Amino acid sequence: MSDFSQEFIQHLINGISLGSIYALIALGYTMVYGILQLINFAHSEVYMVGAFAAYYTAKYLPRLTGHELPPGAMTLVILLCAAMFVCSVLGVAIERFAYRPLRKAPKLNILITAIGVSLFLQYAGQIVFGADPKVFPNVMNDSVIMNFGSAELRVLDVTILGVALFFMAVLTYMIQYTKTGKAMRAVSTNWTVASLMGINVDRIISITFIIGSSLAGVGAVLVGMKYPKIEPLMGTLIGIKAFVAAVFGGIGNLGGAVLGGILLGLCEEMVVAYISSTYRDAFAFGLLILVLIFRPAGLLGRQTQEKV
Amino acid sequence: MAIENTPQTHRDSTNTPPLELHPVPKTFAQRFKATLLVPLVVFVVLALLGQVLEVSTNQYIQLVLLYMCANMIFAVSLNLVNGFTGQFSIGHAGFMAVGAYTSAYLSTAVFPHPAFPMFIVFGLAGGCAAAVAGYIVGLPSLRLRGDYLAIVTLGFGEIIRVILLNMPAVGGARGLSGIPRPPEVDFGNTVLTPFYFNYLLAVFWTILTVTFLWRLVHSIQGRAFLSVREDEIAAQSMGINTTRVKVRAFVISAFFAGIAGSVFAHSAQFLSPATFGFTKSVDAIIMVVLGGMGSLTGSIFAAVFVTLLPEFVLRPLTDLTGIDLRMVIYSLALILFMILRPEGILGTREITDFFGKFPGNLWRRDGRTNR
Repeated sequence: MSDFSQEFIQHLINGISLGSIYALIALGYTMVYGILQLINFAHSEVYMVGAFAAYYTAKYLPRLTGHELPPGAMTLVILLCAAMFVCSVLGVAIERFAYRPLRKAPKLNILITAIGVSLFLQYAGQIVFGADPKVFPNVMNDSVIMNFGSAELRVLDVTILGVALFFMAVLTYMIQYTKTGKAMRAVSTNWTVASLMGINVDRIISITFIIGSSLAGVGAVLVGMKYPKIEPLMGTLIGIKAFVAAVFGGIGNLGGAVLGGILLGLCEEMVVAYISSTYRDAFAFGLLILVLIFRPAGLLGRQTQEKV
Repeated sequence: MAIENTPQTHRDSTNTPPLELHPVPKTFAQRFKATLLVPLVVFVVLALLGQVLEVSTNQYIQLVLLYMCANMIFAVSLNLVNGFTGQFSIGHAGFMAVGAYTSAYLSTAVFPHPAFPMFIVFGLAGGCAAAVAGYIVGLPSLRLRGDYLAIVTLGFGEIIRVILLNMPAVGGARGLSGIPRPPEVDFGNTVLTPFYFNYLLAVFWTILTVTFLWRLVHSIQGRAFLSVREDEIAAQSMGINTTRVKVRAFVISAFFAGIAGSVFAHSAQFLSPATFGFTKSVDAIIMVVLGGMGSLTGSIFAAVFVTLLPEFVLRPLTDLTGIDLRMVIYSLALILFMILRPEGILGTREITDFFGKFPGNLWRRDGRTNR
């Protein structure tokens, strides 16, 4: 194989692994948007808190139980559970105390509240966790599984992709084949009619926040494994990118979020590899603006006409 | 504020008193009285006050005063988009950055050692550059509304910041330093200091901005902005080109944000892309929300409050506790305001509405539109 194609395969692997993380977080945006038509700006901070939950679990659980947490699958599961639990609680709390009182208010007010919650968590996080970056614990021992010439397939990338795909499969099952999932789809189609059919809308919204937030928690642990530096402001950038991914795929559409996330991860990796790394972060915004101008409903979204 | 449905079926002309309107000003003197008198008087009073401030305050307070003026222009200009036109921009700092950098670059690299009148030119140039940027951002608003527009403006603000970071001509990440202030002028018996000139500039731009926007939102053009806010579809069916109105709002708002940037640049004398991050945009949103979306005077008071609070209350508190509480308090205020008093302090009212309707108060709003 030529050097170019080996390099390309390496970027492909990196891009897909990064993209699957974007996809997990994008799912949280797109689910909340599908049901509330609200961009949950606080989602990126839920993700940040998830990373810290995993960090503190890894730090204090061994002291409490007396057992070490050696790098391996068991540790990964424990940290995932901790992050998912904390994120769900936070997500539900945000919904209950910030968004629910505004359920009937104009959309703009809820949007401003969402920005407020996001900022509050960021800066409260700096006070509670400290503004200095922390090093995420070693969850998995990284090693090379397979070589394609100089391109390497590493344990971390495979784990990230595997975990992400697992949770996406669970989500698909829940949405498509369970009663709760059916209710969620009903609420997102028409909230009033769904409530007339005996669906407890408040409960479904809470469940949506639980699922979306726990996916953010999963994403946080996976990012922590790959880029082991966490800080209270880490959520903003990845949150924006995940949101771009959701819009790119068609916001409100679960498959779109996954597709958008992986495409964005790939594009970003290629931009960094072949164009310039300084414009890495501007790329996502540029893509967003282009999508919104030329295809506001995204790749898989339905074009809707506004009615009076 | 909903459009009121006044029943027009029959009006009893015998019992209702005729509507009292101000006569439309005709002569120059009348027009002057109706439009420019109040701003001019305020300017002269503030200019004289500047001499007092010059001798009675220290440099720190003077700088805070200049920032306050920049913030007022910044907040009032955002209010045109967020408050009066009902759009939602959260990247306003980007326009301020464009204006600030243009003005600063002109005064350092293109026309070094400028005289005082040149600073007005720099301000205008900064405003125009920002207006061009505003036009570019305003175009996507052709198709977007609400939260999508918010995200695009956020993205645009970030893109401007990233571009500035990668521009060696304006210092990149190191920032742009050595931005001049207006030079000292010695009249023999009185010396006009750089601060005084800066202060004059800041006051001039603030009054110009507020007067312009006040006249605008009370004019027929301004009614178009309000109608887009109240109901876009109804506005469209009344023959208003909503797209044009929205883009116009963006351009005017960006122009004044650029001027705010110019005032900021020549007061701070140092610019860095980090200054114009998301938190700067949030500052503006907080001022607009706090004062009331759709209230110019509300934004002015909120700007004063939001500028002075961190300097005189939060900074000592931070020194005491060692924790930076500024943004925590701001964000909590934002959430609580939205839940408890979403219309802000003044709502869509202006402070002059409370002054009573004494005759001759040409700044009162009684439904008459200025043509």
